[in-house]
Amino acid sequence: MSLSLDEVRHIAKLARLELAEGDLAATQAKLNGIFGLIEEMQAVDTDGVEPMSHPQELAQRLREDRVTESDRRAAYQSVAPQTESGLYLVPKVIE
Amino acid sequence: MIDSSLKDIAAALRDRKVSAVELATESLARIDAGNPKINAFVTTDRDGALAAARAADERLAAGQGGPLTGIPLAHKDVFCTEGVLTTCGSKMLANFVSPYDAHVVSLLKAAGAVMVGKTNMDEFAMGSSNENSHFGPTRNPWNAGKVPGGSSGGSAAAVAARLVPIATGTDTGGSIRQPAALCGITGIKPTYGTVSRYGMIAYASSLDQGGAFARSAEDCAVLLSAMAGHDPRDSTSLERDSEDFGRDCTPAEAQPLAGLRIGLPKEFFAEGMEGDVRAAVDTAIAEYRKLGATTVEVSLPNARLAIPAYYVIAPAEASSNLSRFDGVRYGHRAAEYGDLNDMYCKSRAQGFGGEVKRRILVGTYVLSHGYYDAYYIKAQKLRRLIANDFAAAFEQCDVIAGPVSPTVAFGIGEKSDDPVQMYLSDIYTIAVNLAGLPALSHPAGFGTGNLPVGLQLIGNYFDEARLLGTAHRFQQTTDWHLRVPAGF
Repeated sequence: MSLSLDEVRHIAKLARLELAEGDLAATQAKLNGIFGLIEEMQAVDTDGVEPMSHPQELAQRLREDRVTESDRRAAYQSVAPQTESGLYLVPKVIE
Repeated sequence: MIDSSLKDIAAALRDRKVSAVELATESLARIDAGNPKINAFVTTDRDGALAAARAADERLAAGQGGPLTGIPLAHKDVFCTEGVLTTCGSKMLANFVSPYDAHVVSLLKAAGAVMVGKTNMDEFAMGSSNENSHFGPTRNPWNAGKVPGGSSGGSAAAVAARLVPIATGTDTGGSIRQPAALCGITGIKPTYGTVSRYGMIAYASSLDQGGAFARSAEDCAVLLSAMAGHDPRDSTSLERDSEDFGRDCTPAEAQPLAGLRIGLPKEFFAEGMEGDVRAAVDTAIAEYRKLGATTVEVSLPNARLAIPAYYVIAPAEASSNLSRFDGVRYGHRAAEYGDLNDMYCKSRAQGFGGEVKRRILVGTYVLSHGYYDAYYIKAQKLRRLIANDFAAAFEQCDVIAGPVSPTVAFGIGEKSDDPVQMYLSDIYTIAVNLAGLPALSHPAGFGTGNLPVGLQLIGNYFDEARLLGTAHRFQQTTDWHLRVPAGF
């Protein structure tokens, strides 16, 4: 399989990655090289094989529903690009 | 002193023949002298190291030191360190001073180890050469024109150049074993779930696993024992008691490996390995036979599918994990943007390098509507087949041996423009991550250009002590692991 330029534009949009028009063709060529490698797996018959998501097949642990973390808002917000009064600032979303 | 075994350094510290402050000072001086040649460190933390060393000296004076108290170490820059820059090799996190410690970092602090700095790496641990770092490539101490391997190339190069005796790393598809091999040191990736991923910046969560670098298997065992253990903050951390992974690193005896069955996967030896690597690997296996081990041919028929399966699963998980970098809570934000969506798109386009973007795009595609079954589920089925191959092989043998990398260290720039060629350099390491098995790489000689060759030992689940003990016996009758690159 190979991706069209439109498909490259579409997945870049889904991934929230700005991609300059001038870089599209080079990106497409490299992605298609990678998909060429990935395609090798389609030749294998995997009917009836159970997908493996995790090596140890663990169930999710549950914990008691109680507060375990302390309030470290100031420390965590100190690394944010823009905050005000304890809130993260982003461009206006709702007029 | 940095060039001694951990056992000898710890004894000297205990006997007060050397202080932790002197050791930290020596390590920092070596970094000052050696790092400009290899670019192994992104950050050094002189003040933090000296403060930790003074605290270690107090503990040692009170007779309360452990095996790592006062030992200088470096962390791969993927581990969050409170108050210290944590970049993950990316422009995205170039100014990120972590507000908390990774679990591994907390454990090693508690053990009294002295962190001298953070090591260079492929951006977000995606790469096999360390050329994908925002901070420039790390260079191989054996030849500055060659790559050190990746993604934990900075840690491997720092230990190989004897700037530090031990360093941490992470291994998602070979990122500990391949740089250990290319730099001529020992490195181990334990069973998935052994080392907590809390505070270890995520790449592909079902494959990522922390591990250890040192000169020798015995020293790796000391570091890994201190890093391992259950952590409720990582949902895939295994609930197992801590253990001494060095328990099989016992003194030599005649035929110390009698009874050990070493499996040699015929697929690994069929083709692809360069002649110089093949010669060193064959010589190392002959040495194991001399030590009493027997060898048996085993088969991993689906191992060839590991690379395609990996390049679906890892990018899929990466595209999800890296969606957190949105320029809102931490990390790079573009200087100019229009609306919120534009801010996301520009911040991410500017903050991520080319390889990271490629993997995000591949992952986004394979998870997108209509393709999930054809790619992600298909790859997970192959993952099962690969794990089944290993299970069948371990019916016939105790450990599996083979190459780590098909070639010795390649030139800087040689493969950096061709992602597929770069991916193929991990052909012998990736299957282990898909199965979640423990594996190590130890020095096994030298190939073309006097560059190191590694031997890979793969164990069954939870067989780290046996792997390390096996490599230790090899290291008692060989001296490849004691060779130091010229100029260091």
